[in-house]
Amino acid sequence: MTELLRTPFFAHHQAAGGRLIDFGGWELPVQYEGILAEHRRVRASVGLFDVSHMGEVRLVGPRALEAARLLVSNDLNIEDGQAQYTAMCNERGGIVDDLIVYRISAAEIFICVNAANRQKDTDWIRAHNPFPDQVEVRAEHDDWAQVAVQGRNALATLQRLTDLPLADVRGYWFTQGRVAGVDGCIVARTGYTGEDGFEVFLPVAGADDIWSALLDAGRGFAEGDLAPIGLGARDTLRLEAKMNLYGSEMTDDTTPLETGLAWVTKLDKPAFIGRDAILAQREAGVPRRQVCLDVAERIARPHCPILVDGVVVGEVSSGTRSPSLDRNIAIGMVAAAHSKPGTRLVVDVRGKMADAEVVRGPFYKRPY
Amino acid sequence: MAIPTDVRYTKSHEWARLDGNTVVVGISDHAQEQLGDVVHVDLPKVGRTLAAGATAAEIESVKAVSDIYAPVGGKVVAVNDGLDDSPDLVNRDAYGEGWLFKIEVADAGALDALLDAAAYAALVG
Repeated sequence: MTELLRTPFFAHHQAAGGRLIDFGGWELPVQYEGILAEHRRVRASVGLFDVSHMGEVRLVGPRALEAARLLVSNDLNIEDGQAQYTAMCNERGGIVDDLIVYRISAAEIFICVNAANRQKDTDWIRAHNPFPDQVEVRAEHDDWAQVAVQGRNALATLQRLTDLPLADVRGYWFTQGRVAGVDGCIVARTGYTGEDGFEVFLPVAGADDIWSALLDAGRGFAEGDLAPIGLGARDTLRLEAKMNLYGSEMTDDTTPLETGLAWVTKLDKPAFIGRDAILAQREAGVPRRQVCLDVAERIARPHCPILVDGVVVGEVSSGTRSPSLDRNIAIGMVAAAHSKPGTRLVVDVRGKMADAEVVRGPFYKRPY
Repeated sequence: MAIPTDVRYTKSHEWARLDGNTVVVGISDHAQEQLGDVVHVDLPKVGRTLAAGATAAEIESVKAVSDIYAPVGGKVVAVNDGLDDSPDLVNRDAYGEGWLFKIEVADAGALDALLDAAAYAALVG
């Protein structure tokens, strides 16, 4: 039997009574106090996520930024200290992964990749490095632990633990320094919840210190103390914020134009892997498109067929009951003709037909 | 974990309480805990006749959907409409306000074949 992988925070999850599950080969908590309570805590105040299963790849060398631009769909027209969300595509325009690229300098690019794609992305980047003699590809997955502190009180929490001027770090910018006595942290104003917050990369040795310090620092907010948040709430939070999940909304066979990622795909960039295929798709007309759905009466789940006039036109990729909106929401992909907001569809939920309507996303927008 | 002695249990974690010739059905505290936060309950129609062991209802938590089986056969005479607005009653009060449906039974001895509290405790312990 293969053993499950554990992050540096495993003992803390056990101590906090986390319900541990097999998450793509990782032993991680799906919940602690309960998915709905955890979701609401992040929306109302602040929550702490262990995201150490994510992977990290660093490009080092005089042409690192150039290499990154050729590998990813977005333009990376960013400055030192700035990050950007992007897709990384194959030659068919399909999505190898979605990533965040951090420009430390034009000669040093740090990339955060999905946990499930650690090896795939490392191999891909190595195989497609356009300047192998001038750009080194370093896999740093095992060097880093990572936490996300998310919610309106995230900044206040984290600021108690660092002299880094967090209020000066704007959205999708980052800084580096000491947090909770741990040197060498990368602190980025990014997140996967639709709330304000930070994602902190820290050397693995600092894991215990930082987790305990964050729990302490997160006490005393009127809206609720900081508490650890599991994978269940992580999923409901990102779904409400209409953030894609690799393996659900996106695969090797879906292009960015099909999955709501036209905004991170800069086709006027001179070259990147997949550009030609995506351009051709755009010329021919994108055949299928991502939709946000409001579903009546039933909770749509991944792979539920979507129908119009009794004909299957697509399927659901993710769905849940939205804790914040108290409605059933879903993301799916349908034939382009049925993708306009206002379109009425039917979702087949385990044999029972549920009325649904295409709505404009995101479902939730933070009110501050 | 609560395992009250005034009800009987099934191996699929339903409880059944006899009330005259009506059997009230719900899911056990163990079951609600395993499911997590309940967000939707699909109940049978009043008037429907269920065979013992038939799929009677569906309980959805955030992450999963669970079938609920009729512990005994009979006609559905009432369902807990309160669960429409408050599905979390199943979590908060599994043996009380979180009841699911009521079946009219012909035979008052219908529950005898089910597990008593001690036997259910052994099952989930």
